[in-house]
Amino acid sequence: MVYKKRYDGRDFNETRPIEAKAGVIEKADGSAYFRIGGTVAYAAVYGPRQLHPSHLQDPRTGILRCKYNMLPFSGRGERIRPAPNRRSKEISMITEKALIPLLNLEDYPNAVVDVFIELPETNAGSRCAGICAASIALADAGLIMKDMVAAVALGKVDDKIVVDLDYNEEAYEDGDVADIPIAMIPSTGEITLLQMDGKITKNEFREVLKTSKKTIQKIVDIQREALLERYKVKK
Amino acid sequence: MNNEMKNHLIKSLNEDIRIDKRKKSEWRDVEIETGIIKTAEGSARVKFGNSEVIAGIKLSVGEPYPDSPEDGALMVNTELLPLSDPEFETGPPRIDAIENARVIDRGIRESGAIDTKKLCIKKGEKVWIVSVDIAPINNDGNLIDIGGLAAIAALKDTKFPKLDKDNNVDYDEISKKKLEIKETPIPVTVLKIGNNFIVDPKKDEEEFMDARLTVTFIKKGKMCAMQKGGDNTLTEEDVIKMIDLAEEKYLELSKKL
Repeated sequence: MVYKKRYDGRDFNETRPIEAKAGVIEKADGSAYFRIGGTVAYAAVYGPRQLHPSHLQDPRTGILRCKYNMLPFSGRGERIRPAPNRRSKEISMITEKALIPLLNLEDYPNAVVDVFIELPETNAGSRCAGICAASIALADAGLIMKDMVAAVALGKVDDKIVVDLDYNEEAYEDGDVADIPIAMIPSTGEITLLQMDGKITKNEFREVLKTSKKTIQKIVDIQREALLERYKVKK
Repeated sequence: MNNEMKNHLIKSLNEDIRIDKRKKSEWRDVEIETGIIKTAEGSARVKFGNSEVIAGIKLSVGEPYPDSPEDGALMVNTELLPLSDPEFETGPPRIDAIENARVIDRGIRESGAIDTKKLCIKKGEKVWIVSVDIAPINNDGNLIDIGGLAAIAALKDTKFPKLDKDNNVDYDEISKKKLEIKETPIPVTVLKIGNNFIVDPKKDEEEFMDARLTVTFIKKGKMCAMQKGGDNTLTEEDVIKMIDLAEEKYLELSKKL
């Protein structure tokens, strides 16, 4: 069987509908809401603030600390126990790596920038949605950033290169599936997150990279729009 | 604690003025939305002013307790997400999160809102377990009341997933069968600051409280749970006044559900 039409009717290079808002959490220094289809992420930034415990402090640089967490009711199956697991710890770590290149952490010696990402509802692509929300929240917190970063999962379903796989596509059984989350700084083309699981040829992978740039640019435009909306002078 | 600040707060309260200009017995704007999360069997988002909480219900099948082979189970859990407040820390739930969940749990359990016998699938073997998870997104105070209202709103929104022939859950198939909710327990917390009683406190007001009393009502004149908090005492007269105020506010809130 060949994957001719996407389950939800999208074009192969089309993302699910995206909605972004900046400044949604009053007490946070910066915050954002990011929805892509059935995947929703909130991100809050606290800091730069004093780092506890103090033995973790580094006089040469500030540190970035991310926590990615799926809420107990955010998966389509059983309830998720609300303690960190191996998966969420790894995603927290790769989220840090995806965001660190944006920041000048050396400007905040001994301090920490905390990024909390909570997902109330997910339908694949949650680490990417978390990174997109975090990027907006960092900018909303007024931290000096080189650029925004956006992330999206691309991949292959059967013989098609697809953008923003949903749960049904990840579970496609009649052919190969590859799932490739990518985060990129659009102005420089630098990749800050790259993971893959599934089977894909080198040529197909090149096409994935090419397609990703356009998609990332589109998402960054939406992120910028959210920030502009937040800081628009109200008449 | 900053005594000057507290004296100022009490002085204003004596003239019935709160830090956000509300009156002592005035509630913030209430917003209730249900069915907001597709991955949950029931869900609600409730806002009191800037305070915002999401509650989600998950239904699963498990074994009953040996001493109640025909009863399903209810579980209420609150995570005070560090995302929602700079003072909340990561790690296992602290005592304030545990108290929040337990007060809400008692309200729902003791009201008889859920008939656990009706959650029995096969006596002694399989029963439904109802998990209520409460997650504040934005903490600006009054998390017990807002969580309790979100929990009952989410429970009322809950539909059972389908069971296959071996009584295992098929989460991809939602049935039309709703979880039966017989009562609508709503917790209302009254704070005592000096000689003043206030409702729906903001976070800045909670910091200066002397004592609080949470009263869960199921109808006019009928209560099902209470919890006193705070380091100072309440007199008998205080308690009666606080219950009266809680009931008045319960009657207003229950109309919004």
